[in-house]
Amino acid sequence: MPINIVREDEELRESLNITLIRRLLTYLRPYTAEVIKTLLLMAAVIVVELFNPYMLKLGIDKYIAEGDWKNLFVLGGVMIVANIVAVVCSRLRMLIMGRVSNNIILTIRQQLYSHIQKLSFSFFDSRPTGKILSRIIGDVNSLNDVFANSVTSLVPELVKIVAVVVIMMVMNYRLGIVALITLPFMLVVFFFISTASRKRWQMHRKKSSNLNAFTHEDFSGIRVVQSFAAEQETSSTFLQLCNEWRDSFVRAVRINDFFWPTTEMSWGIGTILVFWFGSRMIETGNITPGLLVAFSGYVSMFWQPIMNISNFYNQLVTNMAGAERIFEILDIEPDIKARPDAKPLPEIKGDVSFRNVTFGYDEGQEVLKDVTFDVPAWQTVALVGSTGAGKTTIVNLISRFYEVTSGEVLIDGHNVNDVTLESLRSQIGVMPQDTFLFSATIMENIRYGKLDATDEEVIEAAKAVSAHDFIMKLEKGYQTEVNERGTRLSAGQRQLIAFARVLLANPRILILDEATASIDTHTERLVQQGIQKLLEGRTSFVIAHRLSTIRNADRIMVVEEGGIAESGTHEELIRLRGQYYNLYTSQFRFLEDEGEAV
Amino acid sequence: MKRLLRLIAKQWITYALGFTALVLAIVLDMYNPYYVGSIIDRVILGGELAYLKTALLALVGITFARAVLGYTKEYMFDLSSSKVIVELRKKLFDHIQGLSFAFFDRNNTGELMSRIKEDTDNIMSAICYGFMLFLEQVIYFGVATVILFTIDWRLALVSLVTMPLIEYVVFRLEKQVGKQYEKISDQRAVLNMTAQENIAGVRVVKAFGREKHEILKFLKQNEENYRINYDLVKSMATYNPLIEFLSNLVSVLVITAGGYFVIGGEMSLGTLVAFSNYIWMLIWPLRMMGWLTSVLAQCVASVKKIDKLFDEEPDIKNYQDPKVPEEIKGHVEFRDVCFEYDGASVLKDINIDARPGGTIAIMGMTGAGKTTLINLIGRYYDCTSGSVYFDGIDVREMDLAVLRKNVSVVMQDTFLFSDTIEANIKFGAGEVPDEVFRAACRDAMVDEFVSQMPDGYQTVIGERGIGLSGGQKQRISIARALVRDAKVLVLDDSTSALDMETEYAIQWAMERRKGFTCFIIAHRISAVKNADEILYFEDGRIVERGTHDELLRLRGRYYETYREQYRDYVEALEKEVV
Repeated sequence: MPINIVREDEELRESLNITLIRRLLTYLRPYTAEVIKTLLLMAAVIVVELFNPYMLKLGIDKYIAEGDWKNLFVLGGVMIVANIVAVVCSRLRMLIMGRVSNNIILTIRQQLYSHIQKLSFSFFDSRPTGKILSRIIGDVNSLNDVFANSVTSLVPELVKIVAVVVIMMVMNYRLGIVALITLPFMLVVFFFISTASRKRWQMHRKKSSNLNAFTHEDFSGIRVVQSFAAEQETSSTFLQLCNEWRDSFVRAVRINDFFWPTTEMSWGIGTILVFWFGSRMIETGNITPGLLVAFSGYVSMFWQPIMNISNFYNQLVTNMAGAERIFEILDIEPDIKARPDAKPLPEIKGDVSFRNVTFGYDEGQEVLKDVTFDVPAWQTVALVGSTGAGKTTIVNLISRFYEVTSGEVLIDGHNVNDVTLESLRSQIGVMPQDTFLFSATIMENIRYGKLDATDEEVIEAAKAVSAHDFIMKLEKGYQTEVNERGTRLSAGQRQLIAFARVLLANPRILILDEATASIDTHTERLVQQGIQKLLEGRTSFVIAHRLSTIRNADRIMVVEEGGIAESGTHEELIRLRGQYYNLYTSQFRFLEDEGEAV
Repeated sequence: MKRLLRLIAKQWITYALGFTALVLAIVLDMYNPYYVGSIIDRVILGGELAYLKTALLALVGITFARAVLGYTKEYMFDLSSSKVIVELRKKLFDHIQGLSFAFFDRNNTGELMSRIKEDTDNIMSAICYGFMLFLEQVIYFGVATVILFTIDWRLALVSLVTMPLIEYVVFRLEKQVGKQYEKISDQRAVLNMTAQENIAGVRVVKAFGREKHEILKFLKQNEENYRINYDLVKSMATYNPLIEFLSNLVSVLVITAGGYFVIGGEMSLGTLVAFSNYIWMLIWPLRMMGWLTSVLAQCVASVKKIDKLFDEEPDIKNYQDPKVPEEIKGHVEFRDVCFEYDGASVLKDINIDARPGGTIAIMGMTGAGKTTLINLIGRYYDCTSGSVYFDGIDVREMDLAVLRKNVSVVMQDTFLFSDTIEANIKFGAGEVPDEVFRAACRDAMVDEFVSQMPDGYQTVIGERGIGLSGGQKQRISIARALVRDAKVLVLDDSTSALDMETEYAIQWAMERRKGFTCFIIAHRISAVKNADEILYFEDGRIVERGTHDELLRLRGRYYETYREQYRDYVEALEKEVV
């Protein structure tokens, strides 16, 4: 998958308007009962609304003109009661529709989020966090109004339109046709506006997403920005992205703002035509003046709902882009998923074998070539080799974070591709290179390894990695809040917490990818002593550059250019005088260069 | 709020254009019923056919003019409000960017993003169509009031009787939804934060197979979001129908009171009819009040949130009269420096004198204060007592930009931007001569692996540096520090993921470059051994200091570390001898 960067617009598959709308409608389906209730309530409100002017007219024309006091006050009373009924109905309608639309938003957002959880690393690798975020937050929010107004503004208005059209046609079909003549014209213009503006709104969403991604990156990397005094540069990039965002908006509204005038024009010209032809028809004696007067009243009754519907359509067009972006992600199939016939991996002993494994992150670029090895259970294997040789890649394949291009990864003889992901990963503990802590207390962060662990278990794990002492020195101890950057704690301390977390998970296979790189030698030794017991009975893979970390391994594998160059115990490899020997002695070289004596 | 108003005022020309179009459109709108009415009265009912053409032409004119004005109005408001938002965002971004590390320690990226994006979006909808509709309704209301008063002042007074009530309800509504919108804005930030953290930590989530846990965590926040949004719906459902009711009550009042006057013979029926025709012009704006109030309240809530950020004063500010050393040599001195963070003492009585061109190495237990120490050089935090001097000037008095430009830091956590490798290395360095770039890439051993990539330095790396190993990322960030011609280089444990060969090669290249003062934090003896002075930290104090040889002779903690790392070496040597 090509990598998308902040300033680059995302590629998006185009889909048809109608498919999108249909898909959006499926979210309304579970709420059929609510929708019907809403419609009934709305009907009641509309009746009262229509009733009001009529009552007013009745009061003036009849009771006041006749000086009928009593009936006038009765009428006033009836109006008040009717309006109270309307108040209650619209309150209920708002509550029901508010619940429905907010529920749909909840559902869509949760669905999107859950789906993203299933996606594989390649998805996350290929796009900036800020862009994923803008779909979960901004794009979903943009749908709120669409759902809130869909039922309330669409259905009743349509009913009104149909009713008025029928009345007009019955009154005089020729005049009726004249009144409707501008409608097709309006629809054609609408079609052009929505087609043209849709692409522009899509662009606007993309620019919005770029802006979000840039903000995210800038704030995440604020230390780098400030330390290189690059604020002016990032600020001008931000401004540029803001302006692109604005330009895309202006470009979209430039077309979109035609919606309103188009409706108004159609309305105005429709009315004018009715008067023109109507007067002609009176002249020829086809209709009576009274009919034309009444008819002209219906013309505005016809256009008012059209106005409201086009308003809703406008909203739909504006926000359709958001829906498109949400559905696009929902439609991404995770690269890595359990096969339909996958079985849970039974409790494992911890044998790990690679059989002719070839792998590349991008097609045609192989990182691992034909790698084969067997690690019996309970062994500790150290992977060494120059940076970029493929050490991390090897361990990533054990947990099936990526899928092999060819060959097999076997655990206790089970191909990792044939078992469910959860059963596989729950038995493997990985401590990745970049330490990541959640914004939560230290206690909660360690407990992430085993969600139902007691406080004692957490503390025990912390003690094993010598983290307990420094944690207790903190004012709030285990209840100290740390955040994403884990500041307040040093990198080494964060590593220790992550280490405790993985130990608490009690995995059969333990993978430590430079788990102690930021930890000083003294502490590291304490850690090693502390975890010695814990490592018994587990298979562990250790990637490290410090010799003191790897020399005690049962086996050392030298990874070079995507293959295993050497494999054996420390002593064996030293005797071999091959690459390991070179790597090993490189750290002493400078001592020898200067003829240092101990 | 003032800030926003000032930005709005700056766009007065386009706003004024939009406003003019809006007023003209309303004026024309008033003529529409007149012509329609006269067509009915004079042409259809009165048979005055000659007038039809004139009236219809006038209507055609009005229709076209209204279309043009309507478009102008909307477009102008869109234009100006988006401009205001761009400026507001830029201001907010610059402000946040200028805040110190301590601020970022406390605040979450997700929340900040939400302020810059969602909250400004809210403000935009308010100052665009919210503002536009508000003006329109106010004008309609004003015009209607004037007309009604000219028709009959007594009835007009009666129809305004419910106004104080409506105002009171609106006031209550504003208060209630204002608070709710603040909550919504905060909850949106929480959602943003939760999702952001999940994506940033996706490796941990997947490694522990905690997807379900994460989904539930998000569901909790998502449901909370639903709950407070539904609270808002509830308040709107309470107040909005009430406002509509009170507005509609106006018509009831008018006919009962009007009826009273007419029947009492104090008013003609015609006046009452005319009055009742215009009464809707008064009622419609009133009915809109609930909705407009909510848009406005949302805007105010977001402005409050943003203002709170603007109120954050950066702890680290440029000195009023910033000093710049005459010649930048890279002489860094710590004199009696103490530093406290969150009330806890982190550094105590630090005295260091790093001569230009010298190398100071720092070792010590994790959490001993090593990173904090070097953060004081570029003034990312200010020391609590004592001072740090750069070329004889207290860093607190020195020009911040000059200081930081001259202190290149390679951070412990490698952070790369999703961009090309070249752009990452040249980040923030402005124009970089080709030789300088190439030399930096060579010395940081970046060339070694980039030259094997098909796209070379144009290779795009994602936010997580996909396809790059930890060591390769570190090498890129070392190159990033080297391309700038800084007089002080700080390496914060930035070779930990490098294999020994590479580390050695980079060290050797640095040695050859020289000409800068260097601070190195490292855990491997090999990385610190050649330093002019090695400082061994424990609990925020320097417990041992001296050259490699001196410290070995001291047989203290440094020696212990040395023994630990080189025990093998000694044994190996012995074995070879045997």
